Amino acid sequence: MQKTVDSADAYVIDGKLALPYSYFAGRVGSTFITALRDSRQILGVRCEKCHKVFVPPRQTCEKCMADLRENWVTVENTGEVINFTVVRYSDRHLPREAPYILAMIKLDGADTPMVHILDEVKSEDVKAGMRVEAVYSENTTSTILDIDHFKPVS
Amino acid sequence: MGYRKKNRHVGIVGVGETKFSSHREDVNQAEMIHEAVRQALDDANLTMDAVDCVVHGNMELFEMIHQPDLWHTLGSGSYGKEAFRLTTGGTTGGTLACSGDNLAASGMYDVVMAIGFEKLQEGHTTGGITNMADPLWARKLQSGALTDSTAVKLIEEFGADRARRAAMTYRIIMDKHACLNPNSHRAFGLEWDQMDELMETSPPLIGDLRLIHMCSQSDGACVVIFASEEKAREITDTPVWVRDHITVHREETLNLCNNYYPTDTTHRFAAEKLYERNGITDPLEYFDVFEMYDPSAWWGTDWLKEFFLLAGDAHLKLVEDKEIMIDGKMPINPSGGVIAANPIGATALVRVAEAAKQIRGDAGPHQIQKPVNHALASAFGGTMWTVLTMLEKELNW
Repeated sequence: MQKTVDSADAYVIDGKLALPYSYFAGRVGSTFITALRDSRQILGVRCEKCHKVFVPPRQTCEKCMADLRENWVTVENTGEVINFTVVRYSDRHLPREAPYILAMIKLDGADTPMVHILDEVKSEDVKAGMRVEAVYSENTTSTILDIDHFKPVS
Repeated sequence: MGYRKKNRHVGIVGVGETKFSSHREDVNQAEMIHEAVRQALDDANLTMDAVDCVVHGNMELFEMIHQPDLWHTLGSGSYGKEAFRLTTGGTTGGTLACSGDNLAASGMYDVVMAIGFEKLQEGHTTGGITNMADPLWARKLQSGALTDSTAVKLIEEFGADRARRAAMTYRIIMDKHACLNPNSHRAFGLEWDQMDELMETSPPLIGDLRLIHMCSQSDGACVVIFASEEKAREITDTPVWVRDHITVHREETLNLCNNYYPTDTTHRFAAEKLYERNGITDPLEYFDVFEMYDPSAWWGTDWLKEFFLLAGDAHLKLVEDKEIMIDGKMPINPSGGVIAANPIGATALVRVAEAAKQIRGDAGPHQIQKPVNHALASAFGGTMWTVLTMLEKELNW
């Protein structure tokens, strides 16, 4: 293919950008994490007007703007796979070494799916609608990874 | 194509501000923004159903989050709305106000909500700013906000003692204002008899720029709702009219690729153009309040000269005579200004919001007691980018 620009002797200067940051989960997000860590319970919030249970929880219903922060409900540790993908590359910001499965899982009692790692199953055996359950971490990190992964319901 | 008059008038119908602070661990970004959204909607007595368009802005990458406006839908009310994201550095809040005005004036939307936010404690501002410059290779732009060049200039011109006292007087005045504003991040309760001590003991940052002179890094959000004239009159009895705004970017702290270096500062150039096209011959007489984007007491002191087109030492006298205090001839930043709180993407929008509240007469403890009919708000960003917004109580120009 013919080159359309003359790039002979055109230098590239390398740069490097460090991007450290933190994330404040807020009181609502922190309550969710604390329940995972201390009670092995998954919490959501209910919007009474929209008849929806959001998991993970949020402070506000983005549709009707209702304040949901006190509307806590406990959902089940089981649910179904809505959709999934296989992560095939590794990077420092990713939670596992590739390959691994990320699935959208709608827990029983929730109306919104949450994304988490699906393990103990081959990717070719995963199907939408598959029943799965949470497996908690042995050691807490006070993050959403206090659920280590989900696995098919035995 | 030069400047043209607006297609239709636009009024500010609602404002909301969070309390500003160094940390907001209790809320995530979307939740913090929601506080200001809720306040502004309540202030305008509106629900999101009435809002046609949401404009969202903050400093690019300051929280190291790409496209935060999408995530913030959880709190911003922009679900299903037309929405824009703006990021013009320190002037973002000023640009948000310009776009809110323009979008409503154009006829595209009747009601526009502008959201400015920053949660600086989560990010790493230096990472976001410093990498824009390569001092040895063409991009000789000022990076970051710490400089004592203004202190050097004022000291050269007026002598060290007078210049240092003026800057510290400005600083103490801003603190006295900040103490009146319940939203202030920093309000120390400084007293006049601390002046000499502060000039000696406040930790130096660069040369004569000391820690006490400088603004903070703050967390917070601000929301302003703009509406077309017809809608504004339906929504509220006290719309604040956006008369005009101007954006100018023509000056570099250091030369860019050896380009032309102008003699007038961007601030002065912007002010001259704005006043000229609005027939304002004496801005010091005309305006009743000025909410200035003043990142440090040195800049605040020096920039009075530029924004009010003053000569000689008139700007120093304004400070020395305390005429810039809330009960003075030209109140500057009754809110406490940027030194009191600097959630950067919100900061310049806070200037507009505060100016609007002063005109409405419901600013709270830091309300100017004299009638406020004409207000000016500025925005500033590196490298020397200026946005000026003029607000009016009456639609009579």
